[in-house]
Amino acid sequence: SVLKKRLVKLVVNFLFYFRTDEAEPIGALLLEHCRITKEEENVFSISFIEEPERKYCFQCASEEQCQEWVEALKRASYEFLRRSLIFYRNEIQKMTGKDPLEQYGISEEARFQLGTHQQ
Amino acid sequence: MKLNERSLAFYATCDSPADNSGFLYKRGERHTAYHRRWFVLKGNMLFYFEERESREPVGVIVLEGCNVELCDSAEDFAFAIRFGGTKSRTYVLAAESQAAMESWVKSLSRASFDYMRLVVRELEKQLEEMRWGLAGGCGGSRESAGSWKPKQCPEQLPALPAILPKENGCAVWNNALGVGQPLDTSGCGGNDDEGTPRPPPLPPRRRVLNGEAVVESPSTFCQLHERYSQEVARLRQDWLEKQR
Repeated sequence: SVLKKRLVKLVVNFLFYFRTDEAEPIGALLLEHCRITKEEENVFSISFIEEPERKYCFQCASEEQCQEWVEALKRASYEFLRRSLIFYRNEIQKMTGKDPLEQYGISEEARFQLGTHQQ
Repeated sequence: MKLNERSLAFYATCDSPADNSGFLYKRGERHTAYHRRWFVLKGNMLFYFEERESREPVGVIVLEGCNVELCDSAEDFAFAIRFGGTKSRTYVLAAESQAAMESWVKSLSRASFDYMRLVVRELEKQLEEMRWGLAGGCGGSRESAGSWKPKQCPEQLPALPAILPKENGCAVWNNALGVGQPLDTSGCGGNDDEGTPRPPPLPPRRRVLNGEAVVESPSTFCQLHERYSQEVARLRQDWLEKQR
């Protein structure tokens, strides 16, 4: 398949892609439940859990750039962020005996609970 | 605009727990009639289904850059999700009770990725400050070290990208807990206008030992630990030799 040059933008948990001379994106990939894989030199791919054999491949200008993207994309999902929050909350609670979310009044929010979101 | 719809549908229907779910009335775009839909909130995505048992959502609202507010409507328990920008629409929804409305408004206003990232950064900062505080205090005696052991080195904590978005593959991000990592990459087209977050504060300068002043540079707890253990080994060696 042919490689097409695209401007790629990571915004929150979406990867937008544009034709290089256009202001509106042609498309976007939601980055949840996906796997980021380093392929051959300068290349990485994104595949999704429900269709693992379909790979969206990206070729970068350099190996360094490729590594940066792989690292950034691996941390791009909302679910990754949520896991980090739960991890930090737990660590702080263990060290201080206090729940750091209490001061924000969000301790009871479903989205921050340890039990519900463990894989 | 193309979207990976299958992945979106998967996220909506997979068995990961929802942050909120329930029936809401949604006002139509062109006609002002309300339609009852089954709503599922996961992360920053608000999916809605025709029926609770539907296998695929009929739509999704991405909850970034929006305001959730109560609104005046003939419909009871109505609230709106309002987006900025001239082309953006306002979604008017209505719950079936006061309690449901309040629960939805609360969970929707905290649903954005940006909000989550803010809270995570705040906790990350707190954790760093606690670890630096303890590491700095460890300088003198080692006997008390046994009472507090870090479970794992700071490097092993998930490091978060500090800055988004990234364009043309130029990533500017900072592993705030690591040391000796470049803060930005060479050859980067430039995305520095937002600035990188400040590195963790320097630990206090150590006492002069054996006539040489040891200047501290920012380092992780593990490196400090290693350095102190070498010093202890050296002191012990000196002491043993003096005993002969």
